[in-house]
Amino acid sequence: MNPDVALPVLLPLLSGAVSLLFWRSRALQRFVAVAGMLGLFVVSVRLFLLTLENGYVTMQVGNWPAPFGITFIADMFSAVMVLLASMIGLAIGVYSLATTGRGHEAFGYYPLMHLLLAGCVGAFLTGDIFNLYVWFEVMLVASFALLILGSERAQMEGAIKYVTLNLLASVIFLTATGLTYGLVGTLNMADIALRLDASEHQGMVEVLAVMYMVAFGIKAAAFPLFFWLPASYHTPPVAVSALFAGLLTKVGVYALFRVLTLLFDQSMDYLQPILLWGAAFTMVTGVLGAAAQYEFRRILSFHIVSQIGYMLLGLALYTPLAIAGGVFAVMHNIVVKTNLFLISGVAHRLQGTYRLKRMGGLSRRHPWLAAAFFLSAFSLAGLPPLSGFFAKFMLVRAGIEAGAYVVTGIALLVGLMTLYSMVKIWNEVFWKKLPDDNNVPDNTAATESNGRLGLALMYLPVMVLALGTLLIGVFAEPLVRVMNMIATQLLNSSGYIEAVLGDNVASRTTTLLAEPKTPVGEGLAEGVAP
Amino acid sequence: MEPLMAVGIGILYAVAIFLILRRSIVKLVIGFVLLANAANLLIFTTAGMTRDAPPLIADDRLLPAGNVADPLPQAVVLTAIVIAFGVLAFAVVLIRRAYEIVQADDMDQMKDTDT
Repeated sequence: MNPDVALPVLLPLLSGAVSLLFWRSRALQRFVAVAGMLGLFVVSVRLFLLTLENGYVTMQVGNWPAPFGITFIADMFSAVMVLLASMIGLAIGVYSLATTGRGHEAFGYYPLMHLLLAGCVGAFLTGDIFNLYVWFEVMLVASFALLILGSERAQMEGAIKYVTLNLLASVIFLTATGLTYGLVGTLNMADIALRLDASEHQGMVEVLAVMYMVAFGIKAAAFPLFFWLPASYHTPPVAVSALFAGLLTKVGVYALFRVLTLLFDQSMDYLQPILLWGAAFTMVTGVLGAAAQYEFRRILSFHIVSQIGYMLLGLALYTPLAIAGGVFAVMHNIVVKTNLFLISGVAHRLQGTYRLKRMGGLSRRHPWLAAAFFLSAFSLAGLPPLSGFFAKFMLVRAGIEAGAYVVTGIALLVGLMTLYSMVKIWNEVFWKKLPDDNNVPDNTAATESNGRLGLALMYLPVMVLALGTLLIGVFAEPLVRVMNMIATQLLNSSGYIEAVLGDNVASRTTTLLAEPKTPVGEGLAEGVAP
Repeated sequence: MEPLMAVGIGILYAVAIFLILRRSIVKLVIGFVLLANAANLLIFTTAGMTRDAPPLIADDRLLPAGNVADPLPQAVVLTAIVIAFGVLAFAVVLIRRAYEIVQADDMDQMKDTDT
């Protein structure tokens, strides 16, 4: 029993429930939002340190021995993801205080935010495939509701596509889980991994691998299944956009990494080319889509898609360096992409629009905002010494070592195109003069109800995250070491399996090999009770 | 029994996908209802169908005697039904609001945010 693993899941659920209790009190809900996120951050740091020390931290829910009960397990990858999620949650929690409208707060904005975090963290920490589905649904339902809070026309149109494709992905995921259970008779991921290796139906295993790949590919917005993302991410309030951009697609990427490295490592020969070209097309379509846009958040939304391509590239190359680079890209992207959306929100507050043509002149009047954007945008494009450079460097090097020259070339070219889009935003929003037809004066911030304090609350997370980008770049060495640990753990799934199943791994493996179709009841104490 | 179920589930999936591909948002939601049920039936079937053998354990034993129905997929299906119900309730409200705002039951009228 080790409650440290469950705490990051329980805490946001608890804060969500508490803020539901204070349905009528905005002040208390806001307090719980920040306090809850702060608490989540603290327990995530604790979990991260524990995992760093031990490698794996596990907990069997209800003390049912694995594989019969639900397992919660944190390896380095999940611990890092939980830590990042809680960081983003805290940043968004503070930012929301200033940007969330009264109407949104009155209809459960904060409880939904807590639930969304609980869903993400649960998905990162669970070791049970059906439980993973449940956490995905928790996350999705919360995101559906957040997406349409406000009921504007654009939100409705975006939400229909978002809901449709995500539900479709969920059903594919559920179908694959059902078939997996039919094949191996267990839902515990470590146990599935053992039994799939021993399964005599390797063709069926490949079918399952592809089903999981499609399901999580939709959720991660990979080519050709990404249409829901640019259609919906720019429609909700900016804090919600930022939260989605930072976290949701990365949960899909996390699930892809986890499922393909743990369960289907023997099918990787078959999957690799599909993933590799999927990654290449994801990068290219995302970046080309962004080049055609002239609206702040739409450009950023398309860039989410293109960045997902880099993460998939890491998985597709499937070498230790590539996986480490892919995970580094996930980490860097969560920080940077969230920050870019937050900055777009500040710019909107200052100028009253997201359309590039009508914005301008921010670098003169708000140099700090311009500096934060500069850092984040050029980090996204992968310029040294910022965080994105190291992710790209590791991936490109891994690509060249693996001999995937075409895809590596595409990755470099896409970096250049990213720079083009970022420079476009820089020129239009920060560099050029404010066009005459924008009659929103620059002092809107002062006339808003919460005025300067609100702006300060928006600046705080932006500055902290920008500093984070810089620090990731400057202190890349220890982080790369963590990424290498993650890659080692992901590529050697035996450690994970042993951490979940404990001492009976050896005996299970031999029984599996001797008799592949053992019933599920095997392993329980047999015979008559006294 | 299983082959019959398999064919039935296949038809359900096909009908659901067909409805989802239609432009009408009402048919979209009906498609989701069918799709969710098809997935639930699939889980139910893949675990094998056992007649007249409830997974009950006698008082003095730790394991059931003989072959019994697998209770786990039934629990899983129960969870999945609840989740599907919640999500569908949301989807129905969503299409109603979307219809009120867009004034059309047609996906082709909802392309403003696409590009």
